[in-house]
Amino acid sequence: MIPAGLSFEQAPPISVPFRFFLTAPWFLLAAGLLLVFSGPEMMLSRHMPATLAATHLLTLGFTSMVMCGALMQMLPVVAGSPVPFPRAVAWGVHVPLTLGAAGVAAAFLADSGPLMHGAAGLAGAAFAVFIAAAAWGLARVTSHSPSAPAMGLATAALLATAALGLALGIARYGGFALPYGQLASLHPLWGLYGWTTLLVIGVAYQVVPMFQLTPNYPPLLTRWLAGTLFLLLVLRTAAEFLPLPDWLPGLGLAAGAAVFAVTTLKLQARRKRKIGDTTLLFWRIGMGLLLAACALWPAILLLPEEAGEKARLLLGVIALPGFILAVINGMLYKIVPFLAWFHLQSRYAGQVTIPNMKQFQPDKPARFQLGLYLAALALLAIAVFHPPLARAAGLLWAANALALGWNLVRAAHLYRRTAHVALEKKSD
Amino acid sequence: MSRISQYLTDEHHHCDDLFAQTEEAASRGGWAEAKDGFGRFRRSTEAHFEMEEKVLFPAFENATGISLGPTQVMRMEHRQMREVFSQMAAAAQRQDADEYLGLSETLLMLMQQHNLKEEQILYPMADQALAGQRETLIGSMQALASGA
Ligand code: HEM
Repeated sequence: MIPAGLSFEQAPPISVPFRFFLTAPWFLLAAGLLLVFSGPEMMLSRHMPATLAATHLLTLGFTSMVMCGALMQMLPVVAGSPVPFPRAVAWGVHVPLTLGAAGVAAAFLADSGPLMHGAAGLAGAAFAVFIAAAAWGLARVTSHSPSAPAMGLATAALLATAALGLALGIARYGGFALPYGQLASLHPLWGLYGWTTLLVIGVAYQVVPMFQLTPNYPPLLTRWLAGTLFLLLVLRTAAEFLPLPDWLPGLGLAAGAAVFAVTTLKLQARRKRKIGDTTLLFWRIGMGLLLAACALWPAILLLPEEAGEKARLLLGVIALPGFILAVINGMLYKIVPFLAWFHLQSRYAGQVTIPNMKQFQPDKPARFQLGLYLAALALLAIAVFHPPLARAAGLLWAANALALGWNLVRAAHLYRRTAHVALEKKSD
Repeated sequence: MSRISQYLTDEHHHCDDLFAQTEEAASRGGWAEAKDGFGRFRRSTEAHFEMEEKVLFPAFENATGISLGPTQVMRMEHRQMREVFSQMAAAAQRQDADEYLGLSETLLMLMQQHNLKEEQILYPMADQALAGQRETLIGSMQALASGA
C-alpha cells in the first residue's frame, strides 16, 4: 500500500524549530539567576516555592520547549508524515508555552492562585495544540522506524503530565477535594520519566546510530522497551490508589532505564566513527547520570525520612539538570547547525558559499560550554549538602546558559547573514 | 533473503565504513590515506546512487505511478550530496583539515537522514510494490555495479 500524499516534503520552515531552540536558553538563564537570588533556601526541599519555580523554568521553558520543536522537525523524517500546518502549530505551541512557563514559575514565587490558574491554562493549551498535531502526524506513520512508537507513548505521557499539572495547579489554590499528595507524586514521574525519558529513548534509537555510526539498537529492545516502561508507569500510577506494592513497578522502571543507558554506552563504544565530538561527550555524560539516577532511586526507599529528602533532591539534580539537560544540550549541537546548513543548501546552493556545520557550530566554544555545564552541575550537587554554595552554583548555571545561548544565537545569525547575501545577489 | 531493502541497506553500511575510515585518516593528517579513502568512498557512493537512479527509482515510479513523490526528494538529496563530495575533494586536495572535517560532519548528517528515509520508508515500499521483479532488479543493479 502506498499511502496517498506521501511526499517526503520533509523540512518544515526553519523558523518552526528555531524559535523553540532559541527561546530555551533564556529559561535556563532565568533558572540560574533564580538560584543566585534565592540561594540556600532552594536546597531545603523540592517543595520550596523557588525550587518548584526553577523546576518549571527547566521543564516547561527548556526541556519541553526544545522537545516540542525537535519533534516537529523529526516527525517527517522519522515517521514519514509531517505535522500539519507547521507554521500555525508552531505559533500555537510556542507563544502559550513561553508565557505559561514564565507564568507558572512566577506563580510559584508569588504564591498567586489567579496567576497559577492563568499560566497553567496557557501551558495546558500549548500542550493541547502540540499533542493534537503530533497525534495527527503519528497516526499517519508510514515508516518502519523503531522511534515512532516510543514517540507516540511519550506524547501520551505528556498528556498525562499536563493533565496532572493542570489539576495540581488548580487544586493548589482552589481547595477542592483532589488527592493532592498522590497526584503530586505522579506528576513528576509522568513528566520526567514518561514524557522526557521515553522521548529520549525514541530519539536515541534513531540518532545514536546516525551520529556516530554505531550498530543499531537490538530489535528486542526497540520492540519491547518503551511499551513495557509505559505499562510500568500505568502500574505505578494504579499503585497510588489501589493496594498494590509501588516499589515493584518502581524497580522495573529503574531497571528499564538502566538497560537503555548501558545499551547506549555499549553501542557508542562500538562506533565506526572513531573521532569524538561534543555531542558524543554530552550523551555519554547523560547516560552515566541516568545510570546514577537508576541506582539512587531505589536506594532512597531504604533511607530514613530526613536523609531521604536530601537524597530526593539529589536525585532530582541528577535526573533533570543532569541526565535530561545533558542529552538535550548535546542534541542541539547537531540539530541547529545541520538545519542551518540544510535550509541554506536547499535554497541557495550555487549562489553563495554556504558555511559547513562546523562553521555554524565550531568545536571550541561548544566544548567550553560543556566545561561550564559540568562545573555548574557538580557545584549544584555539592550545594544540595552544603547549601551556602547555592548562589555560586547559580552563577555557574547562568554562565552556562549564556554560553549555550550565545552559541545558538551565533549559528542563527550566520544563517541569516548568509541568506541575506544570497538574496542581495539575486536582486542585483 | 534477497530483498531489495536488504541489498541496498548493506550498501549503505559499506559506504559508512569507507566514510569513517577516511574521516579518521583526515583528522590525524594522514592525507595520502585520506585522499585514497575518499576516492573509494565517493566511487562506491556514486555507484549506489546510480543503481537507485537508473534501476530502482524508475521501476518504483512505473509500478506506483508516483513520480513527484519520494523518489524526487531522494534525487534532490543525491544532488546535494554530490555537491558536498566536490567540496570535500577540493578540501582534501588543499589538505585543509578544518574545511574537510566540517564538510564531512555535514555530509554525515545529510547522508544518514537520507539513508534513514530510504531504509525505513522507501525501500520497504519498493519491496512491496516490486515484489514480482526483485530478482531481475537486483540483477540489473549488480550488473551496473560490476560494469562501472
Ligand atoms: C501544564 C503545565 C504544568 C503545571 C501547571 C504544573 C504544575 C505543578 C505543580 C502545581 C507542582 C507542585 C506539586 C507539589 O506541590 O509538590 C508541580 C511539580 C512538579 N512538576 Fe509540574 N506542572 C506542569 C508541567 C510539568 C512538566 C511538563 C514537567 C516535566 C517535564 C513537570 C515536572 C514537575 C516536577 C519535576 C515537579 C516537582 C515535584 C517534586 O519535586 O516533588 N511539570 N508541577
